[in-house]
Amino acid sequence: MAYSDKLLDHFKNPRNVGTLDKDSKSVGTGLVGAPECGDVMRLQIEVDDETKTIKDAKFKTFGCGSAIASSSLATEWLKGKSIDEAGSIDNMAIVEELALPPVKIHCSVLAEDAIKSAIKDYQEKNGLEVTVTESSHH
Amino acid sequence: MTKKIYLDNNATTPCDPRVVQKMLPYFHEISGNAASRNHPFGWQAEEAVDYARGQIADLIEVDPKEIIFTSGATEADNLALKGVFEMYKRKGNHIITLETEHKAVLDSCKKIEKMGGEVTYLPVKNDGIVDLEVLEKAIKDNTILVSVMYANNETGVIQPMKEIGEICKKHGVLFFSDAVQAVGKIPVKPKELGIHIMAFTAHKMYGPKGVGALFVNRKNPRVKVTAQMDGGGHERGMRSGTMNVPGIVGFGEAAAIAKKEMAQDAERLSKLRDKLEQAFLDSVEEVYPNGNRENRMPHVANISFKHVEGEGLMMTFNQTIALSSGSACTSASLEPSYVLVALGLGDDLAHSSLRFSLGRFNTEEEIDAVIDMVSKGVQHMRDLSPIWEMYKDGVDLESIEWSEH
Repeated sequence: MAYSDKLLDHFKNPRNVGTLDKDSKSVGTGLVGAPECGDVMRLQIEVDDETKTIKDAKFKTFGCGSAIASSSLATEWLKGKSIDEAGSIDNMAIVEELALPPVKIHCSVLAEDAIKSAIKDYQEKNGLEVTVTESSHH
Repeated sequence: MTKKIYLDNNATTPCDPRVVQKMLPYFHEISGNAASRNHPFGWQAEEAVDYARGQIADLIEVDPKEIIFTSGATEADNLALKGVFEMYKRKGNHIITLETEHKAVLDSCKKIEKMGGEVTYLPVKNDGIVDLEVLEKAIKDNTILVSVMYANNETGVIQPMKEIGEICKKHGVLFFSDAVQAVGKIPVKPKELGIHIMAFTAHKMYGPKGVGALFVNRKNPRVKVTAQMDGGGHERGMRSGTMNVPGIVGFGEAAAIAKKEMAQDAERLSKLRDKLEQAFLDSVEEVYPNGNRENRMPHVANISFKHVEGEGLMMTFNQTIALSSGSACTSASLEPSYVLVALGLGDDLAHSSLRFSLGRFNTEEEIDAVIDMVSKGVQHMRDLSPIWEMYKDGVDLESIEWSEH
């Protein structure tokens, strides 16, 4: 199976790897997947209190190359976006951008879930109405 | 770009150049059909086939008449299992095999179940070896065959063939072995072990792809298998089809070379394998070798790197190093290796495994490069891994409610 150049670049030079303070009120953390399934993604967003936009995003992923590239790409897309914009990122956009093969589509679904889960965590922490629903693709 | 390194010799071995040289004349100069009895073209081809049959029989110390050529080991497995079932089903319909067998055996057994057979799939111990007591207890009045692979393709673990042979003899059941990974790499002598039927193939022993063999015992007991393909009645009626003369010639030469060089190959490769395995154990944290390390093939190591996903890890070096993983992501099914799961590994460790299978053409420089690149790959993946971070922070991973998908 040959992977796209974009996917390989995200895998070899992953963007925004790291950890944000999960106890900070301005940080939302999403942890999705399970070790038994071979995929665990942790995606974090830091929201600017004034502009309500995502000023930083970090990830760490245990998984195959497609899972790592999907989460790396997601963090790139998240920066500068409003919560609403971030919540509307669709897994198929990731599939298209990275040219994921059909057997790897679940990696993009996991990335979408990680984004939504991070937003939900942020909204709950700050007493805001939860505006995202996690997908039930899996 | 550095030279590519091939460490996937359990998948297939490169054909030895000496084998290729022997095969070449049989594509054009000597191109007869070995079944053509009426002209020199046929005679020459038949002579070449007979010679190769002798070389192969010599390697495993059986009579040449006991070698049935097939298209490969998958066909030989199918012929052995279904052929025995059809031939002996009036005596009984029960077959015993292991959960860790190759798919060619397991899927043949599933087919036999659909044909009215009864199959027991025995578990193995945590080291990959079958419990002999469990095996003996599984034999019933209607058992006709025990099918146990000689050495496992994923772990290299060797089963206690002699002991199994004795149990089969005691209970009067036939003993079949898929010996694909063992023949040509270690001494395999079915007659000494009580194996009645045995499948093996050329391309795992530096011969060409597309040719395999089934050993079928002719005396004490005289074993017969029902042909699975109808046609000209070649191979004593057990396997019809025009002989693959160049392939068989290559198979024979590969067997002759193996007989001469197997001992020195095994000694050299086991040293390299041990060096590789020990380097990871010494310098990388949380490394787990899988399967029994005493009773295994000299050229195989199967190792789990905890909290690293196998396919992702392979992507860090797969432009240079070719090997296999038990990770789900390398299969379409998204299930991790059933062999490693049968050894009692959790799914997470099964996902984290790499199989290193060395071969005749690997060098020590290559092994040194592999140690370096795989160690760096593990580091890259762990730097990226949230569960490695949690593990390092002392978080109990069992206490987390994972969203299984």
